[in-house]
Amino acid sequence: MDFLTVIQLLDSTVRLATPLLLACLAGLFSERAGIFDIGLEGKMLAAAFFSAAVAALTGSVWIGLLAGIGASVALSLLHGLASITFRGNQLISGVAINFLAAGLTVLIAQDWFSQGGRTPSLMGGARFEPITLPFADALADVPVVGPVYAELISGHSVLVYLAFLTVPVTWWVLFRTRFGLRLRAVGENPAAVDTAGVSVIGLRYAAVVICGVLCGIAGAYLSTALQAGFVKDMSAGRGFIALAALIFAKWRPWHALYATLLFGLFGALETRQDVITAVIGIKVQGQVLGALPYVMTVIILAGFVGKAIPPRAGGEPYVKER
Amino acid sequence: MADKAPAIELKGISKAFGPVQANKDISIRVMPGTIHGIIGENGAGKSTLMSILYGFYKADKGEIFIAGNKTEIPDSQAAIAAGIGMVFQHFKLVENFTVLENIILGAEDGRLLRPSLAKARKTLLELEREYGLNVDPDAVIEEIGVGMQQRVEILKALYRRADILILDEPTGVLTPAEADQLFRILGRLREEGKTIILITHKLREIMEATDTVSVMRRGEMTATVKTSETSPAELAELMVGRKVLLRVDKTPATPGDVVLDIKGLKVVDDQGVERVKGIDLQVRAGEIVGIAGVAGNGQSELLEVLGGYADATGEVTLNGQPLDLSGRYSDGRSRRTRGIGHVPEDRQREGLIMDFSAWENTAFGYHRSDAYQSGMLLNNAAIRSDTEGKMERFDVRPPDPALPAKSFSGGNQQKIVLAREIERNPDLLLVGQPTRGVDIGAIEFIHQQIVALRDQGKAILLVSVELEEILALADRVAVMFDGHIMGERLSAETDEKELGLLMAGVEG
Repeated sequence: MDFLTVIQLLDSTVRLATPLLLACLAGLFSERAGIFDIGLEGKMLAAAFFSAAVAALTGSVWIGLLAGIGASVALSLLHGLASITFRGNQLISGVAINFLAAGLTVLIAQDWFSQGGRTPSLMGGARFEPITLPFADALADVPVVGPVYAELISGHSVLVYLAFLTVPVTWWVLFRTRFGLRLRAVGENPAAVDTAGVSVIGLRYAAVVICGVLCGIAGAYLSTALQAGFVKDMSAGRGFIALAALIFAKWRPWHALYATLLFGLFGALETRQDVITAVIGIKVQGQVLGALPYVMTVIILAGFVGKAIPPRAGGEPYVKER
Repeated sequence: MADKAPAIELKGISKAFGPVQANKDISIRVMPGTIHGIIGENGAGKSTLMSILYGFYKADKGEIFIAGNKTEIPDSQAAIAAGIGMVFQHFKLVENFTVLENIILGAEDGRLLRPSLAKARKTLLELEREYGLNVDPDAVIEEIGVGMQQRVEILKALYRRADILILDEPTGVLTPAEADQLFRILGRLREEGKTIILITHKLREIMEATDTVSVMRRGEMTATVKTSETSPAELAELMVGRKVLLRVDKTPATPGDVVLDIKGLKVVDDQGVERVKGIDLQVRAGEIVGIAGVAGNGQSELLEVLGGYADATGEVTLNGQPLDLSGRYSDGRSRRTRGIGHVPEDRQREGLIMDFSAWENTAFGYHRSDAYQSGMLLNNAAIRSDTEGKMERFDVRPPDPALPAKSFSGGNQQKIVLAREIERNPDLLLVGQPTRGVDIGAIEFIHQQIVALRDQGKAILLVSVELEEILALADRVAVMFDGHIMGERLSAETDEKELGLLMAGVEG
């Protein structure tokens, strides 16, 4: 296996990890505040559709991105309404959002575009194009550093850089700001927050809205950057893999980056079986690699790789005690 | 004092939850720099009153004055702003946060944490010096003891500049030594001019710590008196509404045949640690044998083995017949058919299923008995009517078999368990911590029931960590320490001091 193959593999790892990372951080905000969110998948899908559709109609990918975020936040607020205001079951609300998104996206797509539940292919300004970083071309011929910079670091869409920037920002918000302290507290013991005179409901809504925004960007990335248009069920379980990564990362931002990169690598390998065959000398079915994130999550949950302790008040609606 | 305005004055506070009048026209004045006790049984309305003061509930009627000014308290934020701090019975701390983080939560100085933490660290040191409240600011809550957690709660209130501190049943989770320390801290706070409201159902604490005391009963304030001018007996009467015996009234025992005979009993727990290290004990018909000891010295394991849910080795006979200590006939069902009733130590986990109704709980363990069957099905109507009778005879309030166990007070839950076990007429009754978390009126009743069973000629094995209870109730006392029985004494011929030495492992 030559150096260029490694670079290519890592390059596609980054591309595939980006939506997982955004969704994982989205889930992190929500779950750190005590709201379990298995609706990441549905929100991504809805955002993927609305950003592609609006981008196709307006010709502007930025307006498309806003529409995607808007759709995702709307679903987040629905989840918030069900699980925060009405104290419903968070898992059921999440499942409902997944079904809702899966059905509605195709239905609306068919109604608007009549292309079998797809959006038209996006071109030009309706799509996030790769950005060539400064000096990429000039450095391309320098050994080692050149290819790494030109191929791996440069040449991604703006959303990829945004996603990676979100990691330190998330860490900083959670552990260095008042909002972060309160957010973490509300996921561990909402009664402590309540008796300290801070609104539990306000904090939790803030968390699900942030979750919606990040999920929206993840979905928009799928249909306007990774691919050029929306197709049915294009989120393809990424929301669930992001949840697995969240557990793997034990709800910590930097670990979320590592976990999603690992899962992204599995995804990249799935399409490059020749590489695996070359490295280990055995032909491995692609599906085996596709299943790896889930297998690893099961192993983690079984407690083999240290204990993953979720936020203690996670999944439970807050009811004031007498 | 007369010229000063009261720190808190409540005028005519009323609050109803549906048909239940939790607080009825309550008025109270607490002078600054005093410790004021509020005593009452569970469900008397103490907590509701304090929740109104802390902004959790809005009173239907009435006014609140803080330092002479009429104050509205619509939420906790307003209470904090008015200088009220509350230490709840169940601490409101974030377990995986540090002490410092818990203290600043909700009272941060700005959007960024670091300056807030630095300032809090400084303030904390000052507060420590001023009030003698020592805590480690960087310790994580889940790694420190309950005593220190409680000090963190007090510091939280002081950090928010509380002048009025409300403590709700503060000693429930503390050891006696920790409780003493708490009262020393409260004394110090009083010297510094803070006003303290102490809510409790323990008479001893009221007598030891307070300057004035108010008594609540069924939502009403029945009296407010100077602590120095009252007595425990008077307060108990005010609380319960009738004269209460603070000691158990019983005749000397007349022990008969040996019912339970234990020889060389050993219990090894899941971790392979030997918890009971070969004990011999006899319980005769018509006597109460009490097992005294500090919690965790093998008493619980003894009860579990006899109750049929832990395995053991050794020899145990009941009425002369051997009892299986392992295998398929060593379970709760076999024990019950052999005539052993069991009131477990932890009634909420082992005695009841909290979400199930009183009548379902009454059937547990006896659900196979003929009276409860109707063909292949349970005869729910029969169980219900039987439960109704039991609830009436054991004075369970409210006497509604359909209510879930969790909606009864601790004392009434215990009465449900007792009724279930005692009315089966067991030859041997195992009783663990019968009055833990039970209020005075119910304690008296529960003790009477146990003595009545003894007087019918039944054998009773009582395990309690309350030495006072053991001395009052048991006829004979065996003290356990580190899995051994350190000694047996007739309770009429011993005292707390002698038993205390045995409990500490000092040979008698």
